[in-house]
Amino acid sequence: MVNQQAEKKKADTKAQDEAKAAAAKAKAEADANKLAEEKAKYGWPAKEKSSLVGKRVARLDGLPKSTGTAKYTYDINLKNQLIAKGLGCPHAHCKIKSIDTTAAAKLPGVVFIEVLKPADPPIDPKKPDEVPPKKDWEIEWQGEILAVVAAESEAAAAEGVAAIKVEYEKLPVFVQEDNLAAAKAAGRTFPGGNKTQTEKIAGDDDDVDEFSAKELARLFKEAAHVVEGYYGVDPITHCCLEPHGSTVEWVDGKLVAHLSTQNVSGTDEGFAAGLQITSDDVTVHCDYIGGGFGSKFAPDYWAISAARISKATGRPVKFMLDRDQEFKLGGNRPSGYLKVKLGADKDGVVTVWDSEHWGSGGATPSGVSQGVVPYVFAPKNFRRVATNIKNNAAPNRAWRAPNHPQACAMTQTAYDDLAAKMGADSYDIFLKNLGTDEKPLVAGAKPSVYAGEMEVGAKLMDWKAKWHPHGKGPAKGSVVEGLGMAIHTWGGNANSSTILLKVYPDGGVETFCGTQDLGTGTRTSCAMVLGETFGLPIEAIKINIGSSKYPASGPSGGSTTIGSVCESHRRAGVDALLKIADLVAAKLGVEAATLKAVGGKIVGTGGKSVSWKEACSLIGMKPLEVMADYKSGTPSPLSNRTVGGVQMAHVAVDRETGIVRMKKFVAVQDMGLVVSPTQAESQIYGSVIMGIAYALFESRIQDPASGAVLNAEMKDYRLPRLGDIGEIVINLYEPESERSRGVIGLGEPPVISPGGAISNAVANALGVRVPVLPLTPDRVLAALAKSKKVG
Amino acid sequence: MDRTHHRPPSGFSRRDFLRGSGAVAAAGAIVSQTQAIAQEAKGTRILSGEQTLALSVNGKDVKVKAEPRTTLLEVLRYQLDLTGAKPVSGDASSGASTVMIDGKPVSASVELAVRCVGKKIETVESLAKDAVPAAFVACDAQQCGFCTPGFVVATRAFLNKNPKATEEEVRKGLNGNICRCGTYANVIHAALMVVKGGANG
Amino acid sequence: MKSFAYASPTTEGEALSLLAEPGEIEILAGGTDLVGLMKKMIITPDLVVNILDIPSLKTIEQLDNGAIAIGAAVTLDEVLAHPYLDPYPAIGQAIEGISSMQLQCQGTIGGEVLQRPQCWYFRGGRGLLAAGGSAVEDGDSRYHAIFGNDGAAKFVSASRIAPALIALNATARVIGPVATGGSPVGLNGEDASERFFPIEQLFRIPRHEGERESVLARGEFLTHIILPDRRNFASATYEVRQGAGPDFPLAAAAASLRIEGGIVREGEIVLGQVAPTPWISRAAVAALIGQPVNEQTAEAAGLAAVTAARPLSHNAYKVQLAKTAVKRAILRAAGQETGGF
Ligand SMILES: Cc1cc2nc3c(=O)[nH]c(=O)nc-3n(C[C@H](O)[C@H](O)[C@H](O)COP(=O)(O)OP(=O)(O)OC[C@H]3O[C@@H](n4cnc5c(N)ncnc54)[C@H](O)[C@@H]3O)c2cc1C
Ligand code: FES
Repeated sequence: MVNQQAEKKKADTKAQDEAKAAAAKAKAEADANKLAEEKAKYGWPAKEKSSLVGKRVARLDGLPKSTGTAKYTYDINLKNQLIAKGLGCPHAHCKIKSIDTTAAAKLPGVVFIEVLKPADPPIDPKKPDEVPPKKDWEIEWQGEILAVVAAESEAAAAEGVAAIKVEYEKLPVFVQEDNLAAAKAAGRTFPGGNKTQTEKIAGDDDDVDEFSAKELARLFKEAAHVVEGYYGVDPITHCCLEPHGSTVEWVDGKLVAHLSTQNVSGTDEGFAAGLQITSDDVTVHCDYIGGGFGSKFAPDYWAISAARISKATGRPVKFMLDRDQEFKLGGNRPSGYLKVKLGADKDGVVTVWDSEHWGSGGATPSGVSQGVVPYVFAPKNFRRVATNIKNNAAPNRAWRAPNHPQACAMTQTAYDDLAAKMGADSYDIFLKNLGTDEKPLVAGAKPSVYAGEMEVGAKLMDWKAKWHPHGKGPAKGSVVEGLGMAIHTWGGNANSSTILLKVYPDGGVETFCGTQDLGTGTRTSCAMVLGETFGLPIEAIKINIGSSKYPASGPSGGSTTIGSVCESHRRAGVDALLKIADLVAAKLGVEAATLKAVGGKIVGTGGKSVSWKEACSLIGMKPLEVMADYKSGTPSPLSNRTVGGVQMAHVAVDRETGIVRMKKFVAVQDMGLVVSPTQAESQIYGSVIMGIAYALFESRIQDPASGAVLNAEMKDYRLPRLGDIGEIVINLYEPESERSRGVIGLGEPPVISPGGAISNAVANALGVRVPVLPLTPDRVLAALAKSKKVG
Repeated sequence: MDRTHHRPPSGFSRRDFLRGSGAVAAAGAIVSQTQAIAQEAKGTRILSGEQTLALSVNGKDVKVKAEPRTTLLEVLRYQLDLTGAKPVSGDASSGASTVMIDGKPVSASVELAVRCVGKKIETVESLAKDAVPAAFVACDAQQCGFCTPGFVVATRAFLNKNPKATEEEVRKGLNGNICRCGTYANVIHAALMVVKGGANG
Repeated sequence: MKSFAYASPTTEGEALSLLAEPGEIEILAGGTDLVGLMKKMIITPDLVVNILDIPSLKTIEQLDNGAIAIGAAVTLDEVLAHPYLDPYPAIGQAIEGISSMQLQCQGTIGGEVLQRPQCWYFRGGRGLLAAGGSAVEDGDSRYHAIFGNDGAAKFVSASRIAPALIALNATARVIGPVATGGSPVGLNGEDASERFFPIEQLFRIPRHEGERESVLARGEFLTHIILPDRRNFASATYEVRQGAGPDFPLAAAAASLRIEGGIVREGEIVLGQVAPTPWISRAAVAALIGQPVNEQTAEAAGLAAVTAARPLSHNAYKVQLAKTAVKRAILRAAGQETGGF
């Protein structure tokens, strides 16, 4: 009986599975057909046939940026505006006992004060038993804004802030995020997830944990090489040069907010929710933004406060964070520290990985995801355990390629140490651990992509000629040199994007799209796509972005913008062109399908053509309006996801001072189809330089005793300067196999590998691993002293 | 070695102590003082409260209101709508507020407006037709662009002094500015392009 | 910034009268340091006296005996470019190290020498001595002193040029009210006094909050730095700088050496960024006198310079850096390869 039931169940499941498979197959076929149709209609021109896409053009907004006329949020000064400043909490963990604004309110020039953190927990009299959420009354990081002063000038606002009297009750502080034992002892640890996987699968009767433990032990025993290591990356901040902030005013009962944001189409809702109004009553503008890097997706409570103060005073309010607050509140990247034991076969192919890592993303426990450990490399057997530490720092925000840079620097360093231990060339070990396209040992891009990029990179770096085994290079005085590499992957699929395209009867072309330009060149790419489609120069296209009143486009995060705007602009452009072609076809008496838009003309067969202007005059009195709407995730011939990249660093290290200098850096990057090579290169240069920053210079330093951020000024937060970058060589890796996939985002991938590559190059130079980034002189010297190699 | 010398060195002239007369430059150019309190301390006025200052900015004479504590940067940005110079650090470390005063690159964020009376102030806006911004565009030496005006003024000042600068000199000479987006490589290209005759050269 | 009154005297005498006004007074030179400190309200003067309109403070003059008088308000770019200073590369190298054109054009030599410490506890509002030294002891001392740190003061003297000036035996000219005890000078002989003293005596290690790191008394200010004729000395500054920017060096040293017949006869070695004052190392000089300059003797002098170092909990690495700075300053002064970057 029982058996029969089981049999039936099995049969049912089988039938279900088969039906599912058939449905999936049908769907796949339909999708493929649709994709082919779409490709025929919207697809990109072949490389050699492109007039603009893939060509070098000057950034459309380059001149306003270079001559100071581009207006950023900080630059918007409205008539009669008040300047607001916030009182930052001096303590990293405390309660407010009392807050007194009387003296501040009396100062000349001070107009309005809003207290954000009241003294006592505000308990609802109706629910006296329910303690309100801790965040409403307990301050868990330094810099949190307690009150906002709006005044006639910056100086008056600052004086007002200084005159607010607060009594604090200090609470215990914990900031030792690199110290797992201390965090455990302080009760500050939280599980961050874990995963174990072995090639051999536990039998039905086995205890899975026990089985995998045994299996890992066996694999280590069998391994020809075993490496144990410790690696880490300290927390860093976003340090946008334009701080977070807004200039807001109420016009006819509606909020107009100039906000420094990566998310114009989404922050209207943020304001609406914060102010209990509807998003129809909010317009967000952001023509230019001075850096975001993942930290500017929301209005944040300080912009909401500015809006409330503006409402209360009936005057526009400008509230930009101070530099100090920008460092403390404006966003930071979680730290990560990892202990690992790995085993490899005699060829250096890693067979088993066993790691534990920890770190902190601030007061809201989070850290580097276990899902990306080890990074890109995906050995067949692994155990990885993550622990999140709650420390007294502001919660982290997405920082360019969240999780990946830390994971890369914490794990590909171990692969490099394997090469060091074997006396092997790191290049060969990396290559062997890619696997093949049929049997990949990596995640993300195909092994052949990484391998192809490695080959290109090695040539540009002259790797084989320059390589020497770890620590065995020649010294010039106390200076030694070394090479290192790392590889990375990223999704970068297109976000959703809607646009309104208008073609005017006089030939003018204008678009409206609620996207934004972070400095990646969004305006320029949009114009290139439409210029390509219409056969016009980019200057002929008027691009309107940066307003929440335009058709919505996704936030610029996760390298999703280029794909999204290419989708919407290309689709709208083609749709508009088809309509115009119909009109031209009628006029010229040719088949619409034979018409092409090139060189400012609509050209048909047999040399018949009309100028773009003439063609547009056929539209009639009213402009031709076309909307296009791309939904993220829809398969498309225009855009795609998943890129691979390879980077190589050549450094020199002074063994007497521990100073590391960049000599050369090679970045080979796949991004599918390259829309704007000039700006793609700029993105990669920028990523590499930001990578040099976190590899060698920057980290957020907190006072171990008080939790204060000690280096919350530009002067103290060390960043590389123009003289620190060495030579940077970029290769846009675009073989047809990758180009044909379509456009894929680039903002993040090239910032992932520099930490790992530079750390590996330093290890190669010294023959000693400096475990934790940034590789500052004190750390380099400490690592050398440990191995007795100073000088 | 004799480290106890404290005689006036021979040739150091006491005349210096008296040289210069009380009624020069700065005080003369302050045109009026709304709610200002001015005292005299042996011939020098002590100013406090808001003053009206006459400044020369980008070749134009302008009048602005400033307290002694008002920085040149605040005056440019809030009163003259010259927002090219940016507030980034408030401590002169980023170079984002670089302007030229009497031809020299300085950080407007740490210069007091009262001190700028009688001086020639040039901001990035005065370089609209200059070869430097054109080269920045040609070399794509800007991303978010927030640091760019400061870099443009610094580059102009640097090239005025070193018109034939080599790559090595550029790499040594333009370290007073910070860019977070990482445009340094293209700033180097742009500066060298100007040396070689500019974007159209 | 707190509101303040402002005055811009045009003679040294007027400046002195202004400095005698009541209230808290700060002297404003280039302002690159002071204005930032006022913005953060770490310093909140009632009156700010600008010294850039005093012509006598803005010249570099050659005196009778080959000495050079540099006005305190001369900007660093002018000092760097002035041919009178060509024989003293230690000074130019220190200014080049600042590496920001803007700071060089705006900052003055007087302001550079008298700039306030960079200690992050001081700049974070915990007082010059950082809560009597305890903030540093319990905190992060990676950029703090390895010498002269046994009292409450643990910061390092920030000036990059002072070590070179001291090594070159410079004299400070300071004027002030009669009470400071210098020679009477001034408008009528009683109003003011003038003091000349070795420039290292400008600096002191403050013992309690309220005492500054310079000896200047209320009403006094630095007008000139006078370099004696030292053309028969070779000099150099070597700074351990992590990057190309104006970040402060991690350690530095200036050396001036009289080398005759290949042998060091006389000299001065001064370390920077290692103590609450520029730190004169007699031991390093002693190790060099009578020796030729080479890798070994320079190394020995470097070692001698740091044997008495007493690092705090986070800055032991600075001992190695200070040693290297001394060694390389000596080698550079002698025109030899430094062996590093
Ligand atoms: C980002 C950044 C980096 C810096 N990097 C360096 C560096 O690398 N090396 C370096 O040396 N400095 C550096 N500085 C510090 C400083 O700004 C410069 O050294 C500058 O030279 C100081 O000169 P100033 O004329 O601007 O001084 P000010 O700011 O005007 O004055 C500094 C102090 O000295 C006092 N003072 C000035 N002149 C006199 C006088 N004649 N008599 C008595 N008291 C006086 C002032 O009252 C004030 O307390 C840096 C500053 C910043 C913001
Ligand atoms: S371009 Fe963004 S900071 Fe330089």
